[in-house]
Amino acid sequence: MADNNISVRFDVDASDFSAAGEASTKLKKMLRQLSVDPEIIRKVAVAMYEGEINMVIHANGGHIDVEITPEYIKMVLADNGPGIADVSLAMQEGYSTAADSVRELGFGAGMGLPNMKKYTDEMHITTELGKGTTIEMLVKNNA
Amino acid sequence: MKIECVSKVLNAKVLCEGKGLDTEVLSACGCDLMSDVLAFVKNQAMLLTGLVNLQVVRTAEMMDMKAIVFVRGKMPGNDIIELAKDMKIAVLSTDLPLYMACGKLYDAGLHND
Repeated sequence: MADNNISVRFDVDASDFSAAGEASTKLKKMLRQLSVDPEIIRKVAVAMYEGEINMVIHANGGHIDVEITPEYIKMVLADNGPGIADVSLAMQEGYSTAADSVRELGFGAGMGLPNMKKYTDEMHITTELGKGTTIEMLVKNNA
Repeated sequence: MKIECVSKVLNAKVLCEGKGLDTEVLSACGCDLMSDVLAFVKNQAMLLTGLVNLQVVRTAEMMDMKAIVFVRGKMPGNDIIELAKDMKIAVLSTDLPLYMACGKLYDAGLHND
């Protein structure tokens, strides 16, 4: 492993919606301290924040492993939630299974996964109904 | 447009100054749907919204926004103002509805570049 690779894990707690986004805020701060390009930081932060919100509203939380290297920033979001029944449908802008209570908070409009795809260079979803979902996202560093 | 000017145009109360009232905003977004805010990136932007919760501040932070204006006379709680202070984001509150607030700012010269 290269010396300048950093790995960090964030736990996502689903008990408090207002805390959703704390992990993304921490990662953003960390990337700033590492002097990563601000545009890249924003892409990473938005993708991770949407992912974090999804984990809180759909999957009862989970954890996010982040790997920071000079070439890329990789985020792996893993949860033990209900899984996604139809991934291609879930990727459509506007498609959502979120409850009205979530919509009242400004989310759940079916833009989460599309936004995550939009801001990342690579995204892979592995999901199994009743078992959970893992989403791997990669943003190229200094691309 | 400086945040100080925004507060004058909207007759808004400044609840938190962020990085200072002389901070410049170059564009604005009027929206209650945070995922839509996250979908459109602008530099040095300001968010006008009628939604009042902590995720508004987090969304603004992810997008490096400089200021949040709560419309329709909505007053955020202390938790929201404290988080915004931590993140150095200015917070304002105006009695104007969203449409009017956006219109007045546009009229005063704040166009999205």
